[in-house]
Amino acid sequence: MASLSPNALLLGAFEQLGAVGWLFFKTMKNLFRRPREHQILLQQLEEIGVRSLPVVSLTAAFGGLVFGFQTYTGFHRYIGPGSEAFAGPIITLGLAKELIPILVGLMISGRVGSSMAAEIGTMKITEQIDALHSLGANPIRYLVVPRTLAAFFMLPCLVLYGDIIGILCGYFYNVVLMGVNRVMYVQNTLMYLEIWDVATGLIKSCVFGVVIAIVGCWQGMETEGGAEGVGRATTRTVVISSISILILNFFISKLLPATLKGG
Amino acid sequence: MIRIIDLHKSFGPKVVLRGVSLTIEKGETMVVIGQSGSGKSVLIKHLIGLLKPDSGEIYIDDVEITRLDDDELLRVTRKFGLLFQGAALFDSMTVAENVRFGLERYTRLSEEEVRKRVSESLALVGLNDAECLMPFELSGGMKKRAGLARAIAYRPEIMLYDEPSTGIDPIRADAINDLIKKLKNDLGITSVVITHDMVSSYKIADRIAMLYDGEIIEVGTPEEIRNSKSAFIQQFIHGQAEGPIKDW
Repeated sequence: MASLSPNALLLGAFEQLGAVGWLFFKTMKNLFRRPREHQILLQQLEEIGVRSLPVVSLTAAFGGLVFGFQTYTGFHRYIGPGSEAFAGPIITLGLAKELIPILVGLMISGRVGSSMAAEIGTMKITEQIDALHSLGANPIRYLVVPRTLAAFFMLPCLVLYGDIIGILCGYFYNVVLMGVNRVMYVQNTLMYLEIWDVATGLIKSCVFGVVIAIVGCWQGMETEGGAEGVGRATTRTVVISSISILILNFFISKLLPATLKGG
Repeated sequence: MIRIIDLHKSFGPKVVLRGVSLTIEKGETMVVIGQSGSGKSVLIKHLIGLLKPDSGEIYIDDVEITRLDDDELLRVTRKFGLLFQGAALFDSMTVAENVRFGLERYTRLSEEEVRKRVSESLALVGLNDAECLMPFELSGGMKKRAGLARAIAYRPEIMLYDEPSTGIDPIRADAINDLIKKLKNDLGITSVVITHDMVSSYKIADRIAMLYDGEIIEVGTPEEIRNSKSAFIQQFIHGQAEGPIKDW
């Protein structure tokens, strides 16, 4: 493959950014226009939400367990026996603000984003998207809007569900397996945890949901070149949305206030 | 009426259309012939707004469509029915759901009327018993007929056919030719047919236009095309490898 100059690479990156930005703009423009595709929205809510429950359960459970294990070890080793009860707020904060939104975002980009790209990509190469247009249907309204809305609403639900599973597993490791004082663990957690910490994770997940859906749909609609093209689109979807999630996570964390309490 | 004026289209360095001009009268069946890869499908996709030209104008009933925004274009698009070369059925829907897709979204027909229209359209193409089948259960020819049923269910004013007889047996192909003629005669539908099947062309065309090297090189009645002095046309209609057309 011929190597590209840095200028050409930069230009290509801006072109791609422009294309995805344009799709996002058109999606927002069509968000409230008729006809609304309620049936597809319901299907997507089920696909993104209900069908992702097993994978989110496993991810959150083991994320909670390993985070609980490392936090317990840290307190036990560096502060001393008895201090492990302070692991509660750290586990809860870390899971709700950072770990669960990121893990769920990455899992959903792999499970749902890639399937959106594959489905829409197959429709593209078999002219089904052209057929939509020929029947007077707007492909953005029919394909992209319901998927974006569904991802926007379901990601926070999944993250909230993941938070509960993860926090319970962190509790299980520390209190049930390692014998940390239950009352102190819970008391410390409730004392230091704010609703805002959980809300931060949910706000992030809304953004991640939109990113996953828009990138998946964009890659699907850009698909060219048969089965190989569909494969490429799915891979690119996972890579682009995963990297975007990690980068956006940092900036949203920096942008949102750490606490809503004064000081 | 459709008027195409000086249409140009390139994909990267590849020039596909270099100044196509063509007028199709209301109620007329225009057959566009040309080699595979000569830009016939690209031309038809411009008519329905699936592709934007690099330059040139397309008028559909005096509305210039190349500069319309998405929603205005979709309103014009609803005048069209398009039979795709590969049928392009929605593979997650049954045949009946495919046919009713446009009807239930963009018409004010009642559920009963939609159901009746779906049955009528499927009966017209001989697929009465296929309503509940999924596209993957259909043969290539059946898919094409289901695609045609979907396109005509809407009762379009203009039908575009992209290779209607490709991939189906000669008897079915002739039945589709008869159907194209019937739609023109009974409903006064304007038709643009893209094909390289000369038997079909002579049977259904009011006029035939030959697209070669990105330009329309001749337009005439089937008789005029048959008797054309152009060596390009004679080579094409007789299917000869020897002649001025070399790029095959």
